[in-house]
Amino acid sequence: MSSQKQPKEGRVLEVRFVGDEEVLQHIVDKQEGVKGKNAVQILVSLKTPRKSEPEDSEDEDHEVCNEQDYVEALGTAAQDASCGSGGGDVFTFQAVKRSNRMAQLASELARTPGKSVKFTTADSPPEEVTSPTRASKRQSTQYKTPSKGKKNQFVSTTPHRLRKRLSAPNLRSDSDSDFSPSNSEEELEAEEEASKLVPESKPASKAPAAGLYKTPVKKAKKVPEPSLVEEYFEAHSSSKVLTSDRTLQKLQTPQLDQDTLCRLLDGTSTAFSAELKQLNKEHERLFHKWMLQLQLGFNIVLFGLGSKRTLLEKFRTSMLLGSIHVVINGFFPSITIRSILNSITEEVLEHEGHFRNPLDQMDFIVKTLKEDPDLQLFLLIHNIDGQMLRGDKTQQILGQLAAIPNLHLIASIDHINAPLSWDQFKMSQFNWLWYETTTYQPYIEETSYENSLLVKQSGALALSSLTHVMRSLTPNARGIFRLLAEFQLENKDNPSYTGLSFQDFYQRCREAFLVNSDITLRTQLTEFRDHKLIRTKKGADGVEYLIIPIETGTLSDFLEKEDKE
Amino acid sequence: MTTSSVSKGCFVFKPSSKKKKTTSLKASDYFHDGKADSQNSESRFETCQSLWQRMKAETERVQEDLNTNILDSLLEFARKSTASFQSKTDDWASRMRASEIPTAALVLGVNVPDHAMTFQSLSALLQESVTPYVVCLQSKECSALKQVLQKVLVQLMGHSVCVEDDDDEEDQSGPRPTGIPSRKMLCSMATLCGWYTAVTQKSASPSPGKKRLSSSKGCGQRPPVVVIFKDLESFTPRVLQEFIVISSQYIQQLPLIFIFGIATSPITIHGMLPHSVSSLLCIQLFQSLSCTQHLATVIDKLVLTTTFPFKLSGKVLQVLISIFLYHDFSVRNFIKGLQLSLLDHFYSQPLSMLCCDKQEARSRAKELSHEDCENIRQLPSFMRYVEKQEPEIQVQLLTCDKRVKDVTQSLLKELHAYHKNYYPVLRCLHALTSSLPKYPLGKQIRELHGICLEKNVWETEEYESAFQLLRMLAKDELVAALRTCTEILKCAKKLGDAVEKLEEFIERFELLDRCSAVVEMGQEGEEELPPQKGLQKKTDLFQLQKSLLERESRRTKKLSKFELLRLAVLDCIDSIVKKHLLPPESQPLHEVFYYSSAGTLRRHLNAAPRTAIQTALNNPYCYLQSEALKSEGGAISNAAPDICIVYKLHLECGRLINLYDWLEAYATVVAAAEGKDPDSAAAAQLDDVKHARFIRAVSELEFLGFIKPTKQKTDHVARLTWGGC
Repeated sequence: MSSQKQPKEGRVLEVRFVGDEEVLQHIVDKQEGVKGKNAVQILVSLKTPRKSEPEDSEDEDHEVCNEQDYVEALGTAAQDASCGSGGGDVFTFQAVKRSNRMAQLASELARTPGKSVKFTTADSPPEEVTSPTRASKRQSTQYKTPSKGKKNQFVSTTPHRLRKRLSAPNLRSDSDSDFSPSNSEEELEAEEEASKLVPESKPASKAPAAGLYKTPVKKAKKVPEPSLVEEYFEAHSSSKVLTSDRTLQKLQTPQLDQDTLCRLLDGTSTAFSAELKQLNKEHERLFHKWMLQLQLGFNIVLFGLGSKRTLLEKFRTSMLLGSIHVVINGFFPSITIRSILNSITEEVLEHEGHFRNPLDQMDFIVKTLKEDPDLQLFLLIHNIDGQMLRGDKTQQILGQLAAIPNLHLIASIDHINAPLSWDQFKMSQFNWLWYETTTYQPYIEETSYENSLLVKQSGALALSSLTHVMRSLTPNARGIFRLLAEFQLENKDNPSYTGLSFQDFYQRCREAFLVNSDITLRTQLTEFRDHKLIRTKKGADGVEYLIIPIETGTLSDFLEKEDKE
Repeated sequence: MTTSSVSKGCFVFKPSSKKKKTTSLKASDYFHDGKADSQNSESRFETCQSLWQRMKAETERVQEDLNTNILDSLLEFARKSTASFQSKTDDWASRMRASEIPTAALVLGVNVPDHAMTFQSLSALLQESVTPYVVCLQSKECSALKQVLQKVLVQLMGHSVCVEDDDDEEDQSGPRPTGIPSRKMLCSMATLCGWYTAVTQKSASPSPGKKRLSSSKGCGQRPPVVVIFKDLESFTPRVLQEFIVISSQYIQQLPLIFIFGIATSPITIHGMLPHSVSSLLCIQLFQSLSCTQHLATVIDKLVLTTTFPFKLSGKVLQVLISIFLYHDFSVRNFIKGLQLSLLDHFYSQPLSMLCCDKQEARSRAKELSHEDCENIRQLPSFMRYVEKQEPEIQVQLLTCDKRVKDVTQSLLKELHAYHKNYYPVLRCLHALTSSLPKYPLGKQIRELHGICLEKNVWETEEYESAFQLLRMLAKDELVAALRTCTEILKCAKKLGDAVEKLEEFIERFELLDRCSAVVEMGQEGEEELPPQKGLQKKTDLFQLQKSLLERESRRTKKLSKFELLRLAVLDCIDSIVKKHLLPPESQPLHEVFYYSSAGTLRRHLNAAPRTAIQTALNNPYCYLQSEALKSEGGAISNAAPDICIVYKLHLECGRLINLYDWLEAYATVVAAAEGKDPDSAAAAQLDDVKHARFIRAVSELEFLGFIKPTKQKTDHVARLTWGGC
């Protein structure tokens, strides 16, 4: 399948699905034009209805209905959706970016506060279509430069451009309003072209390096039309990626921790609240329909940008309060399929007893629900694509659950690749109806668990639970733990540290008068293990090694706190 | 009780028993748009449900019919191999064969979701008529040999436990979980073998096992054990190989039969099993009906029929068929789409209560409320109808409810009559054109149906070329086609005159046959002479060409009787088509029966979640109709939500993104949005709130799967998507 772009800007994109077979026929057709047409055609010489279309040649697969019509049908849908964005808008290819593009874009965005800005990135399709050779040349220059790893050369051009930008900001802002973005693009191009010419102009001094560069003539011959596949591999071939070396250390503001983050974000008001409300209202109007469809055996999956938690919560409180339902937070970092099944068997079906494996448990649920068709169970899964639920086995079990006639599932997905976790079979088990519910709500709850890259890992949760457990222990036990913690902190810089062996530990504890026999120590360690404070590992020599599975930072915080008390 | 917690991910809510009774609602209670006004919603829901039940029953029947062939041959295969197990002939060939496991390779096609039903009926049939011992294995349960054996044992012996329960009930109380017996014993083929001999011997002695004897009639005392591998491709090859090798050791004591369910092609067997293993199997290939044929039958029985009043419009049908052809080949999903469109039609179209059988519709039309009458007046097709009437009638129709009801009744009657004629004529036209070279009107009847639903079929070029081809048809072909046409048309009562006409034509063709036999002989004799002369005259290419051309022109000038007749009959058919194959849109009140919201259907069945997310990020104006967000192609305003800005900026980067640069760029944009001068120093300054907003936006992007943290470089993230804008 491929998407063809019309030489028009943005909106009006025509996407046609072209099967391999038909592509082949296109090629074959051309050859036939030389050799003579089909026998049938000569014989009959009728006015062929679709002369230019691929079906013209002998088409084996007449099952395939006219794909033009299909696209038309899709087109109507797109119009309904009030946002006629074809796939081409979303999934296009772009060559390697220059390192300062982001700053450039930002300044352009910033410079025109009221009106919208056209991005230079828009890589305006008409340009690409009408003059492919030029575009290809440009692209080749674009990735030639970084891929050769000529860093010094590249770096030398970047500041130049920046300097120019900084030195004449006024001129820039003037030109921005007058010039179309493609002009500025060309300007940059010209610069790059010039920079590219540098090594070629002095081949004597850089003979080996210049040898790496292909001559422009050759290039033009080789890439008359850049294929998308090639572009991809070119973009990903170089292992080096050029980005600036600046780090967050440069910021005056320190790293924020989760609490401050929440506090700060609470203060911010959301823009477009009227529109958001309108959007929400539209979704809420669907509640009745959802209930109906759920009861008739479909399951519902919600997708679209924005947290759907509040929406589902509203659905729950307005529709489901009268019936048994289970809410599952798929984004919860330690959710397991086991806990989901357990909550169904233990709390909903009130079954006591254990199951050997999830499959048995599944069978039990299927059987019990089949026996009691009056029992309607609603399952509400926030983020069925959550980190812990992504596994194939888990999805299989969820699919089996969803296939039970009196179990109704309504779920949400957010990850862009979420549908990949369902194959044909699972899809048919889930029996999804898709609903687009774009809410633009921030993913507060969903991302709060995530150890975000920018948030300082305070480990507040681990720390508080640690202190909690510690308080309930005897002074001796605390001492034992402390000993282990200190030892681990001493070895924090040792990458091959595997833990403290039991014998060593016992020795140390004895020396500190904390235990009198290894049995006492073992009992103590069992208690720690039950609280998940320590982990034991068998070493290569069969000796048990003890380790505290907590981050070093948190651990030292803990010791400091202990010291204070 | 809240549903967010740091220690728990599952929350169970159970209403108190009192509340449950009062508030539990049925599906029908949701069958309105939330406003409890329309009293006809209940009847609509009931109509919808009963219609769906009928359609479902019909599909099941169709599926059963389609499967009979393949199932019968499979049963035959099972019986035959049983017989060969029991035959005690001692020749070399049968001894050789006796060491092989009879295996049926059942090729089912790629539409995996549809297979479940086939297997279900297969195992039921086997159990009914061949052997009580049928085991179904699914790859997901069989990741190791041990599990395979366990599964086999549990299914077989669990079964036997149940049978014994029936036989001697005194020592068993309550149902026993089937998993138990396997746990106690060792799972091995030897155990199974022992069990099998015990069971067969027991049943051989006449007293205890009457039941089993009767159930396994025709298989003698040693019914085979059938093992069905539902999805062969997903089994681990090693497990499968081991299982086969082990089984083949026991084949003398344990008559095994394998059935492989294959989705792709029979080659996979040899791909999975080396020669040494596959030589232990005696494989016979069975091909199930292709899914397109399956679909054709389903469409024939559900769509191209007057049995069900509910109809699909051309666009809807196209969407459903496209999903089938381009996405999954699954008939089950097609039926699901049909169900959804049925439901949506009844849900969204208040007049759909008239979408029922003729009598019922008539009585319902008599009892239309004022509101319904208003609804009818709003229908575009009805408006068009009104416009065509005389002015006085127009006024009456617009003011008097009774008049509307009367007209509705007669229009509904007409619509039913229209459908009764439409389908036979459609089939008739298809019968004529489906064998033409290059299939101008489609190979499948659904294609022709699609064309007819959209526009006047006789105005299309395809139709024209089809008739051109028909005008060149040889006589016997034409007569044969006409015969089938009359057969088809005979089913419709109201097309009697058309049938008569066609039959008359056929008669005349035959007459032509007989009387022209003599005449043509003479003519041919005359014409035979000149060419021979020409040939004798020892060539001259030009001459030959000329004479050939001459003959050609002579032939076109003078039409033979047959040709005249052919033209006449085709004109007749043309007129029939023009009369009956009008597109439904031309019929008043067609909205009552036809579901046309193709967009809704496609959005719910074949959604594109990623496109939705990326559209929302790229162009927030699509969703938030605020002037501040309005922008032209490819751009967003700097007032857009944070996540959109951050996303837009990240598109500018390659595989790695420097967080610091990103943050800075973001701050610049946001500062501008707040009205600060972008060039001043203040813009570059970063406050905590902005920082926090940036963090949130970035972690949201991470949550959506656009970026991920990386350790390649400090304070960088990796982009997971590629391509831009």
